[in-house]
Amino acid sequence: MKILTGNDLKTGEVIWWTGSDWSRHIEDAVDVGENFEALLHQEEAARRVNTPYAIDGEVTEDGPRPAHIKDRVRALGPTVRPDLTLKPADPEAGNWII
Amino acid sequence: MYQYDKYDQKMVDARVEEFRDQANRRIAGEMTEDQFKPLRLKNGLYLQLHAYMLRVAIPYGTLNSRQMRMLATIARKYDRGYAHFTTRQNIQYNWIKLEQAADILADLATVEMHAIQTSGESIRNVSSDQYAGATADEIVDPRPYAELIRQATSFHPEFSYMPRKFKIAVIASDEDRAAMRLHDLGFKLVRNDKGELGFEVYVGGGMGRTPFVSPLIRDFLPVEHMFSYTEAVLRVWNRWARRDNIHKQRIKILVHQWGAEKMKERIEAEWQEILPNASDIPHKELERIATYFEGPAFDDNAAEDIDLSDPDFKIWVDQNVKPHKHPGYAIANISLKPAEGIPGDASADQIDLMADLAEQYSFDELRVTHAQNIVFAHVKKSDLYALWQKLDAAGLAPANLDLISDIIACPGLDYCSLANARSIPVAQKIAERFSDAEGQRDLGELKLKISGCINACGHHHSGHIGILGVDRKGTENYQLLLGGSGAEDASLGKITGPGFDEDGIVDAVETTVSKYKELREDGERFLDTYRRVGMAPFKEALYD
Repeated sequence: MKILTGNDLKTGEVIWWTGSDWSRHIEDAVDVGENFEALLHQEEAARRVNTPYAIDGEVTEDGPRPAHIKDRVRALGPTVRPDLTLKPADPEAGNWII
Repeated sequence: MYQYDKYDQKMVDARVEEFRDQANRRIAGEMTEDQFKPLRLKNGLYLQLHAYMLRVAIPYGTLNSRQMRMLATIARKYDRGYAHFTTRQNIQYNWIKLEQAADILADLATVEMHAIQTSGESIRNVSSDQYAGATADEIVDPRPYAELIRQATSFHPEFSYMPRKFKIAVIASDEDRAAMRLHDLGFKLVRNDKGELGFEVYVGGGMGRTPFVSPLIRDFLPVEHMFSYTEAVLRVWNRWARRDNIHKQRIKILVHQWGAEKMKERIEAEWQEILPNASDIPHKELERIATYFEGPAFDDNAAEDIDLSDPDFKIWVDQNVKPHKHPGYAIANISLKPAEGIPGDASADQIDLMADLAEQYSFDELRVTHAQNIVFAHVKKSDLYALWQKLDAAGLAPANLDLISDIIACPGLDYCSLANARSIPVAQKIAERFSDAEGQRDLGELKLKISGCINACGHHHSGHIGILGVDRKGTENYQLLLGGSGAEDASLGKITGPGFDEDGIVDAVETTVSKYKELREDGERFLDTYRRVGMAPFKEALYD
C-alpha cells in the first residue's frame, strides 16, 4: 500500500492522510494507490502539510505499518521516551518499530 | 563572560523580527518550503522526524545562570520539559512549533542568546576548552580569541554563501579537550622562543563520511593576525572548493586533494594579498573583549582540604573533579550520563537547578562540553561536598567522567531525520552492561562514541571505541570501530569488520573490553593497549 505523510506546517507534528484529512495516528492512514501526485500538490498548496510524500506500507492486524523503520519511528515517537510517544501507556509499543 | 554591546543586541533583535516576518509569510502561504528552508536553517530551525528542532548557540560552551534559566524556561514553555546538550557545545529542543519559533528567539534575545549560524552553510558556533580560564595547563584563556572570531565572522557577507558548513576551534593547552584537530580550522595558542603569543594553525580536519585529522598549516601565527588568516583560509576554500557534490565540498576534501603543502602555499599567498587591507581586528577590540574574561575574584584564603569521609563523595571527586589553577578551587564536572538516561538530555528542572548551583558555587558560570556534560569551572574545594549532595539528589552526580558509561551519542533515529539507526538505546544497553561502578573504574579512561549515521554527530571516528549505525536492508546494523581519539593524540578509528545487530553490538563491545583486560599492561588505557597490539587480537576475539 502507499501512504501519504508529512509534517503539520504550523506544529511540525507527523501526520498521515486519511482519505479526506490528516491525522496524527498511523491507524487512520489509507492506501492512496499510485496516483497521488495531484493530492500531494493540493495539500501542500492548502498549507495543511509541510513537504508531504508517499511511502510504502503494509496492511497488518493492527492497521497500516510503514515499510521503513524511519517512518515507523515517525509514527510512534521516540522509542527512548515512551512517555512522549503516541502510546505512553504501552511500554512495549517500541517493539512495533523493530 | 562576554556581554552584548548595543550593536550586538540590536543585530540579534532585528534578526528575530526578520525571522518572525519570514515565518508568518511561510504560514500564510506566501513562501514555499523550498524558499523558506534556507531562511529557517539560518536561524537554527530544522525539521526533524517528529517536529521542528531548534538548535541554540552557546558560544564556546560558556553561559551564565540567567541564560541557563532561560533555556529551562524555553523547555517548559515551548517544548516538552527537557532539552538536549549537543556534541558541539550547543543545546537543542526537539518539539518546536513553527508558529512559536520567533517567540522563542525573542525570549533568547533577552538573555543575549540566539540560534544564528547553528545550521546551514555557515561558520558555526566556535568551540573551545570547557576548562578555559580555570585550568593550570593553559597559556592564556582561549575564549577572548574564540569570541573575537565569533564576532568577526557573524553576518560576514563574504562568508554567507559558502560551499558547506565551517567549524572552528580555539584551545590554549597541550591537552586538547575540544577535539581541535577534528575541526575545519583549529587554532592552538602557543608562545614562540621570544615569549610572544601566537597560534599553531591546523586546517582540514573533520568527521562526517570522510574523516580527517587536520595537518599543521602554520606553526606560528602572531595573535593579531587571527582574523586575516582565517579570512585567507576561507577565501581559498570558497574559491577552490567543489560545489557540485555536497559530500565533497568541505575544506578537508580540498586539503586531502591538494595535500597540506599546496594548501599552505595557497593560504599564505592569499594572506599576503589580504594583509595590506588591514582586515585584522584592532588590538583594542581584543583588549575590550578580553576584559569580559578576566576571571572571577578568587578567595586567596580558600581552604585546600576536602573532607572525603563520605565514600560516595570521594568516588565522585576522584572521577569528576579536576585541578584548578587557583589554590583552594576545583573544576567540577556534572555528568549528564546517568544509568538508563539519554546522553546529553536534561530536564527543565535539572537545568534550573544547575543554574542555581552555578550561581551559588561557581561564580554564576557554566560550561557545556562536546562530551555532552556540564562543567562548573570555579568551585571552592570547601563547597564541593554541598554541591555534590545537591547534584546527587537531582540525579546529576554520576561519577563516570571519561569512563565507558560516559558515552557520547547523537539523537540517532529516535529523533533525527538523517539517521539510519538508533544511537540512544545502544548507549543505554552498553551503560547497563557496564553498570558496575568498580568495574568501570577498573577499565579506566575509555571514550565510547556512537553515531546513528555516517554524518558522525556522535563523533564515532574519534572514540576509543566507536559505533556507527547503518541501514542494512531496512534494519539497524552497527559497525564497530577501534582506536580513535579526539584529544591531543588525535586519530581515527578503524572498522573491525562486519557489523552487528543491536544486541550483538553490545556483546561486541564487551568482547572487545574483555580482550583489552586480558592484554593490558600496567597503566595502559584501552587506547594505549590498542595502539600497542593493533587490531588483530580484537578482530580475532570478535569474529573467530
